[in-house]
Amino acid sequence: MPAKLLIGVLGAALLAAGAAPADPLPSGTSFLSDELRTLEADAASNPGMLWVDEGERLWSTRAGAANRSCADCHGAAESAMRGVAARYPAVDAARGDLLNLEGRINRCRTTHQRAEPLAYETDALLGLTAFVARQSLGLPMQVETGGAAAPFYAAGEAAFQRRQGQLNLSCAQCHRDNAGRSLRGDVISYGLGAGYPAYRLEWQTLGSLHRRLRSCAFGVRANQRDYGSAEYLALELYLAARAEGVAIQAPAIRR
Amino acid sequence: MLAQARVAMPATARPGDIIEIKALIRHPMETGYRVDARGQPIPRHIVRRFAAVYGGTEIFRMEMTQGVAANPFIAFHTVATETGEIVFVWEDDLGATTEVRKTIEVV
Repeated sequence: MPAKLLIGVLGAALLAAGAAPADPLPSGTSFLSDELRTLEADAASNPGMLWVDEGERLWSTRAGAANRSCADCHGAAESAMRGVAARYPAVDAARGDLLNLEGRINRCRTTHQRAEPLAYETDALLGLTAFVARQSLGLPMQVETGGAAAPFYAAGEAAFQRRQGQLNLSCAQCHRDNAGRSLRGDVISYGLGAGYPAYRLEWQTLGSLHRRLRSCAFGVRANQRDYGSAEYLALELYLAARAEGVAIQAPAIRR
Repeated sequence: MLAQARVAMPATARPGDIIEIKALIRHPMETGYRVDARGQPIPRHIVRRFAAVYGGTEIFRMEMTQGVAANPFIAFHTVATETGEIVFVWEDDLGATTEVRKTIEVV
Protein backbone atom coordinates (compact mmCIF):
# COMPACT_ATOMS: atom_id res chain seq x y z
CA MET A 1 0.00 0.00 0.00
CA PRO A 2 2.67 2.61 0.87
CA ALA A 3 4.38 2.15 -2.51
CA LYS A 4 1.09 2.54 -4.37
CA LEU A 5 0.23 5.58 -2.32
CA LEU A 6 3.64 7.09 -3.06
CA ILE A 7 3.19 6.57 -6.79
CA GLY A 8 -0.25 8.13 -6.57
CA VAL A 9 1.12 11.15 -4.72
CA LEU A 10 4.03 11.52 -7.14
CA GLY A 11 1.66 11.23 -10.10
CA ALA A 12 -0.60 13.91 -8.70
CA ALA A 13 2.41 16.14 -8.02
CA LEU A 14 3.69 15.68 -11.60
CA LEU A 15 0.26 16.41 -13.04
CA ALA A 16 -0.05 19.53 -10.91
CA ALA A 17 3.42 20.68 -11.95
CA GLY A 18 2.61 20.08 -15.60
CA ALA A 19 -0.61 22.09 -15.45
CA ALA A 20 0.89 25.14 -13.72
CA PRO A 21 2.50 27.80 -15.91
CA ALA A 22 5.62 27.90 -13.76
CA ASP A 23 6.85 25.93 -10.77
CA PRO A 24 5.70 27.55 -7.55
CA LEU A 25 8.38 29.04 -5.33
CA PRO A 26 9.51 26.93 -2.34
CA SER A 27 7.22 27.56 0.62
CA GLY A 28 8.37 28.67 4.04
CA THR A 29 7.80 25.14 5.29
CA SER A 30 10.53 23.84 2.96
CA PHE A 31 13.09 25.84 4.97
CA LEU A 32 12.16 24.15 8.25
CA SER A 33 14.06 21.31 9.88
CA ASP A 34 12.57 17.82 9.62
CA GLU A 35 11.46 18.03 13.24
CA LEU A 36 9.58 21.29 12.73
CA ARG A 37 7.99 20.00 9.54
CA THR A 38 6.73 17.00 11.49
CA LEU A 39 5.43 19.31 14.21
CA GLU A 40 3.58 21.37 11.60
CA ALA A 41 2.13 18.46 9.63
CA ASP A 42 0.58 16.66 12.60
CA ALA A 43 -2.59 18.39 13.79
CA ALA A 44 -2.11 16.73 17.19
CA SER A 45 1.23 18.46 17.76
CA ASN A 46 0.87 21.74 15.83
CA PRO A 47 0.34 24.41 18.52
CA GLY A 48 -1.46 26.60 15.98
CA MET A 49 -4.34 24.14 16.17
CA LEU A 50 -5.16 25.53 19.62
CA TRP A 51 -6.27 28.71 17.83
CA VAL A 52 -8.05 26.74 15.11
CA ASP A 53 -10.09 25.12 17.90
CA GLU A 54 -10.94 28.58 19.19
CA GLY A 55 -11.94 29.71 15.68
CA GLU A 56 -14.15 26.67 15.28
CA ARG A 57 -15.92 27.56 18.50
CA LEU A 58 -16.41 31.19 17.41
CA TRP A 59 -17.66 30.09 13.97
CA SER A 60 -20.89 28.88 15.56
CA THR A 61 -21.06 31.49 18.36
CA ARG A 62 -23.72 34.15 17.84
CA ALA A 63 -22.51 37.75 18.02
CA GLY A 64 -23.60 41.34 17.51
CA ALA A 65 -26.95 43.09 17.29
CA ALA A 66 -28.04 40.69 14.54
CA ASN A 67 -27.39 37.79 16.92
CA ARG A 68 -26.06 35.64 14.12
CA SER A 69 -23.05 33.34 13.93
CA CYS A 70 -20.82 32.73 10.93
CA ALA A 71 -22.44 29.30 10.64
CA ASP A 72 -25.96 30.77 10.49
CA CYS A 73 -25.18 32.29 7.08
CA HIS A 74 -22.31 30.18 5.74
CA GLY A 75 -23.18 26.77 7.16
CA ALA A 76 -20.41 24.25 7.62
CA ALA A 77 -16.99 25.86 7.25
CA GLU A 78 -15.48 22.66 5.83
CA SER A 79 -17.41 23.17 2.59
CA ALA A 80 -18.26 26.89 2.63
CA MET A 81 -14.74 28.13 3.44
CA ARG A 82 -12.79 25.60 1.37
CA GLY A 83 -10.55 27.48 -1.05
CA VAL A 84 -11.42 30.92 0.31
CA ALA A 85 -7.98 31.61 1.81
CA ALA A 86 -6.39 30.80 -1.55
CA ARG A 87 -8.23 33.74 -3.17
CA TYR A 88 -7.40 36.35 -0.54
CA PRO A 89 -6.52 39.24 -0.35
CA ALA A 90 -9.33 40.20 -2.72
CA VAL A 91 -11.20 43.36 -3.66
CA ASP A 92 -14.57 43.78 -1.97
CA ALA A 93 -17.04 44.15 -4.84
CA ALA A 94 -19.39 46.42 -2.89
CA ARG A 95 -16.89 48.93 -1.54
CA GLY A 96 -13.95 48.55 -3.89
CA ASP A 97 -11.33 48.23 -1.17
CA LEU A 98 -8.82 45.43 -0.69
CA LEU A 99 -9.57 42.94 2.08
CA ASN A 100 -7.43 40.16 3.51
CA LEU A 101 -8.98 37.33 5.50
CA GLU A 102 -8.90 39.37 8.70
CA GLY A 103 -10.54 42.27 6.89
CA ARG A 104 -13.20 40.04 5.39
CA ILE A 105 -14.03 38.55 8.79
CA ASN A 106 -14.34 42.01 10.28
CA ARG A 107 -16.41 43.27 7.32
CA CYS A 108 -18.77 40.35 7.90
CA ARG A 109 -18.91 41.20 11.59
CA THR A 110 -19.75 44.88 11.06
CA THR A 111 -22.20 44.51 8.17
CA HIS A 112 -23.93 41.16 8.73
CA GLN A 113 -23.53 40.50 12.45
CA ARG A 114 -23.58 44.20 13.36
CA ALA A 115 -20.85 43.52 15.89
CA GLU A 116 -17.67 45.35 16.81
CA PRO A 117 -14.71 44.47 14.56
CA LEU A 118 -12.07 42.30 16.20
CA ALA A 119 -8.62 43.76 16.79
CA TYR A 120 -5.55 42.27 15.14
CA GLU A 121 -3.60 39.72 17.20
CA THR A 122 -6.49 39.00 19.52
CA ASP A 123 -7.12 35.32 20.09
CA ALA A 124 -10.56 35.75 18.54
CA LEU A 125 -9.38 37.22 15.22
CA LEU A 126 -6.33 34.95 15.02
CA GLY A 127 -8.55 31.99 15.79
CA LEU A 128 -11.20 32.78 13.19
CA THR A 129 -8.56 33.57 10.56
CA ALA A 130 -6.65 30.39 11.28
CA PHE A 131 -9.85 28.35 11.25
CA VAL A 132 -10.95 29.78 7.89
CA ALA A 133 -7.46 29.43 6.40
CA ARG A 134 -7.24 25.86 7.68
CA GLN A 135 -10.19 24.87 5.47
CA SER A 136 -7.93 25.53 2.44
CA LEU A 137 -5.08 23.37 3.73
CA GLY A 138 -3.03 22.07 0.81
CA LEU A 139 -4.85 24.11 -1.84
CA PRO A 140 -2.70 26.26 -4.14
CA MET A 141 -2.67 30.04 -3.77
CA GLN A 142 -4.43 31.76 -6.65
CA VAL A 143 -5.26 35.44 -6.15
CA GLU A 144 -6.78 37.86 -8.65
CA THR A 145 -4.26 40.55 -9.64
CA GLY A 146 -6.02 42.12 -12.64
CA GLY A 147 -9.17 44.21 -12.96
CA ALA A 148 -10.13 46.00 -9.77
CA ALA A 149 -7.13 44.47 -7.97
CA ALA A 150 -4.58 45.87 -10.46
CA PRO A 151 -3.85 49.17 -8.63
CA PHE A 152 -3.44 47.33 -5.32
CA TYR A 153 -1.12 44.82 -6.95
CA ALA A 154 0.97 47.65 -8.42
CA ALA A 155 1.16 49.33 -5.01
CA GLY A 156 2.20 46.06 -3.42
CA GLU A 157 4.91 45.48 -5.99
CA ALA A 158 6.21 49.01 -5.44
CA ALA A 159 6.26 48.42 -1.67
CA PHE A 160 8.14 45.14 -2.19
CA GLN A 161 10.83 46.87 -4.23
CA ARG A 162 11.13 50.11 -2.28
CA ARG A 163 14.22 50.47 -0.09
CA GLN A 164 13.32 51.41 3.45
CA GLY A 165 14.69 51.88 6.93
CA GLN A 166 18.12 52.76 8.26
CA LEU A 167 19.51 49.63 6.62
CA ASN A 168 18.05 50.86 3.32
CA LEU A 169 16.87 47.43 2.26
CA SER A 170 13.89 46.45 0.15
CA CYS A 171 11.89 43.26 0.63
CA ALA A 172 13.11 42.18 -2.82
CA GLN A 173 16.79 42.41 -1.92
CA CYS A 174 16.42 39.65 0.65
CA HIS A 175 13.37 37.65 -0.32
CA ARG A 176 13.76 37.73 -4.11
CA ASP A 177 17.46 38.30 -4.86
CA ASN A 178 18.94 36.31 -1.95
CA ALA A 179 16.21 33.84 -1.04
CA GLY A 180 17.60 30.43 -0.14
CA ARG A 181 20.92 31.92 1.02
CA SER A 182 22.07 32.23 4.59
CA LEU A 183 21.54 35.27 6.75
CA ARG A 184 23.34 34.75 10.05
CA GLY A 185 21.94 31.57 11.54
CA ASP A 186 18.93 31.29 9.27
CA VAL A 187 18.05 30.76 5.62
CA ILE A 188 16.16 33.56 3.85
CA SER A 189 12.73 32.44 2.69
CA TYR A 190 10.88 33.67 -0.38
CA GLY A 191 8.55 35.62 1.89
CA LEU A 192 5.36 34.11 0.54
CA GLY A 193 3.09 34.18 3.58
CA ALA A 194 1.10 31.09 2.52
CA GLY A 195 1.38 29.65 6.04
CA TYR A 196 -0.11 32.60 7.96
CA PRO A 197 -1.47 32.99 10.52
CA ALA A 198 1.62 31.08 11.64
CA TYR A 199 2.98 29.91 14.97
CA ARG A 200 6.41 31.51 15.19
CA LEU A 201 8.76 29.96 17.69
CA GLU A 202 10.27 33.38 18.31
CA TRP A 203 6.84 34.71 19.32
CA GLN A 204 5.79 31.56 21.17
CA THR A 205 2.32 32.27 19.84
CA LEU A 206 0.26 32.48 16.68
CA GLY A 207 0.61 35.72 14.71
CA SER A 208 -0.77 37.37 11.62
CA LEU A 209 1.15 38.11 8.42
CA HIS A 210 1.01 41.81 9.31
CA ARG A 211 2.78 41.10 12.58
CA ARG A 212 5.45 39.33 10.51
CA LEU A 213 5.72 42.32 8.18
CA ARG A 214 6.11 44.60 11.18
CA SER A 215 8.90 42.34 12.45
CA CYS A 216 10.62 42.63 9.08
CA ALA A 217 10.30 46.43 9.19
CA PHE A 218 11.79 46.40 12.68
CA GLY A 219 14.64 44.26 11.38
CA VAL A 220 15.65 46.79 8.74
CA ARG A 221 14.94 49.63 11.19
CA ALA A 222 12.10 51.04 9.10
CA ASN A 223 8.82 52.61 10.23
CA GLN A 224 6.33 49.92 11.10
CA ARG A 225 2.94 50.35 9.46
CA ASP A 226 -0.28 49.76 11.36
CA TYR A 227 -1.98 46.39 11.37
CA GLY A 228 -4.35 46.30 8.40
CA SER A 229 -2.76 49.38 6.80
CA ALA A 230 -3.23 49.97 3.07
CA GLU A 231 0.48 49.39 2.42
CA TYR A 232 0.55 46.02 4.18
CA LEU A 233 -2.67 44.92 2.48
CA ALA A 234 -1.24 45.75 -0.95
CA LEU A 235 2.02 44.04 -0.03
CA GLU A 236 0.07 41.00 1.17
CA LEU A 237 -1.63 40.84 -2.24
CA TYR A 238 1.72 41.02 -4.02
CA LEU A 239 3.19 38.29 -1.80
CA ALA A 240 0.12 36.12 -2.42
CA ALA A 241 0.56 36.59 -6.17
CA ARG A 242 4.22 35.57 -5.87
CA ALA A 243 3.04 32.53 -3.95
CA GLU A 244 0.81 31.38 -6.83
CA GLY A 245 0.57 27.60 -6.77
CA VAL A 246 2.09 27.31 -3.29
CA ALA A 247 0.00 25.07 -1.03
CA ILE A 248 -1.59 26.77 1.97
CA GLN A 249 -0.11 25.43 5.23
CA ALA A 250 -1.97 27.48 7.83
CA PRO A 251 -1.39 27.42 10.70
CA ALA A 252 2.26 26.88 9.78
CA ILE A 253 5.26 26.68 12.08
CA ARG A 254 7.88 29.34 11.45
CA ARG A 255 11.08 30.11 13.28
CA MET B 1 -10.86 32.21 26.21
CA LEU B 2 -9.00 29.62 24.24
CA ALA B 3 -9.76 25.96 24.15
CA GLN B 4 -7.38 24.86 26.82
CA ALA B 5 -5.97 21.56 25.70
CA ARG B 6 -5.92 18.98 22.93
CA VAL B 7 -5.29 15.30 23.45
CA ALA B 8 -4.90 12.91 20.52
CA MET B 9 -4.92 9.17 20.98
CA PRO B 10 -6.54 6.16 19.30
CA ALA B 11 -10.17 5.55 20.26
CA THR B 12 -9.79 1.80 20.00
CA ALA B 13 -6.92 -0.65 20.43
CA ARG B 14 -6.28 -4.35 20.91
CA PRO B 15 -5.09 -5.62 24.30
CA GLY B 16 -1.34 -5.24 24.54
CA ASP B 17 -1.10 -2.65 21.77
CA ILE B 18 1.39 0.14 22.33
CA ILE B 19 -0.47 3.38 21.76
CA GLU B 20 0.89 6.90 21.36
CA ILE B 21 -0.73 9.74 23.27
CA LYS B 22 -0.13 13.38 22.32
CA ALA B 23 -1.12 16.19 24.65
CA LEU B 24 -0.95 19.89 23.88
CA ILE B 25 -1.98 22.74 26.18
CA ARG B 26 -2.23 26.48 25.80
CA HIS B 27 -0.04 28.05 28.46
CA PRO B 28 2.30 31.08 28.52
CA MET B 29 5.04 29.25 30.50
CA GLU B 30 6.32 32.56 31.84
CA THR B 31 9.79 31.88 33.22
CA GLY B 32 9.86 34.40 36.05
CA TYR B 33 13.19 35.73 34.80
CA ARG B 34 11.77 38.50 32.63
CA VAL B 35 10.79 42.05 33.49
CA ASP B 36 7.93 44.09 32.09
CA ALA B 37 8.11 47.50 30.37
CA ARG B 38 8.44 49.21 33.80
CA GLY B 39 11.23 46.97 34.94
CA GLN B 40 9.04 45.04 37.35
CA PRO B 41 9.68 41.30 37.43
CA ILE B 42 7.00 39.19 35.75
CA PRO B 43 6.08 36.43 38.19
CA ARG B 44 6.74 32.88 37.19
CA HIS B 45 3.72 31.17 35.68
CA ILE B 46 4.42 27.71 34.35
CA VAL B 47 2.73 24.36 34.19
CA ARG B 48 4.40 22.52 37.05
CA ARG B 49 3.03 19.10 36.63
CA PHE B 50 1.35 16.94 34.02
CA ALA B 51 -0.04 13.50 34.78
CA ALA B 52 -2.08 10.85 33.03
CA VAL B 53 -4.18 8.34 34.96
CA TYR B 54 -5.47 5.25 33.16
CA GLY B 55 -8.16 3.27 34.94
CA GLY B 56 -7.06 4.65 38.34
CA THR B 57 -3.36 4.00 37.76
CA GLU B 58 -0.92 6.78 37.04
CA ILE B 59 0.82 5.86 33.78
CA PHE B 60 2.78 9.04 33.10
CA ARG B 61 3.94 12.05 35.08
CA MET B 62 6.13 14.98 34.14
CA GLU B 63 7.49 17.75 36.32
CA MET B 64 8.12 20.84 34.22
CA THR B 65 10.53 23.72 34.73
CA GLN B 66 11.08 27.19 33.32
CA GLY B 67 13.05 25.68 30.46
CA VAL B 68 9.93 24.37 28.75
CA ALA B 69 8.57 26.58 25.94
CA ALA B 70 5.08 28.07 25.82
CA ASN B 71 2.19 25.79 24.86
CA PRO B 72 3.99 22.59 25.89
CA PHE B 73 3.48 19.51 23.73
CA ILE B 74 4.00 16.12 25.35
CA ALA B 75 3.95 12.78 23.56
CA PHE B 76 4.34 9.42 25.27
CA HIS B 77 3.44 5.77 24.83
CA THR B 78 1.51 3.33 26.94
CA VAL B 79 0.15 -0.19 26.65
CA ALA B 80 -3.57 -0.57 26.06
CA THR B 81 -4.72 -2.89 28.83
CA GLU B 82 -8.44 -2.37 29.35
CA THR B 83 -11.40 -0.37 28.15
CA GLY B 84 -11.59 2.72 30.29
CA GLU B 85 -10.93 6.36 30.81
CA ILE B 86 -7.61 8.16 30.71
CA VAL B 87 -7.59 11.38 32.69
CA PHE B 88 -5.01 14.04 31.82
CA VAL B 89 -4.33 16.79 34.35
CA TRP B 90 -2.13 19.86 34.06
CA GLU B 91 -1.38 21.95 37.19
CA ASP B 92 0.17 25.39 37.03
CA ASP B 93 1.81 27.85 39.42
CA LEU B 94 -1.43 29.72 40.09
CA GLY B 95 -3.10 26.52 41.21
CA ALA B 96 -5.22 26.29 38.06
CA THR B 97 -5.81 22.80 36.78
CA THR B 98 -6.98 21.68 33.38
CA GLU B 99 -8.46 18.25 33.00
CA VAL B 100 -9.19 16.29 29.82
CA ARG B 101 -10.87 12.88 29.83
CA LYS B 102 -10.63 10.43 26.96
CA THR B 103 -12.00 6.94 26.73
CA ILE B 104 -10.31 4.09 24.96
CA GLU B 105 -12.02 0.90 23.89
CA VAL B 106 -9.80 -2.16 24.13
CA VAL B 107 -11.18 -5.14 22.23
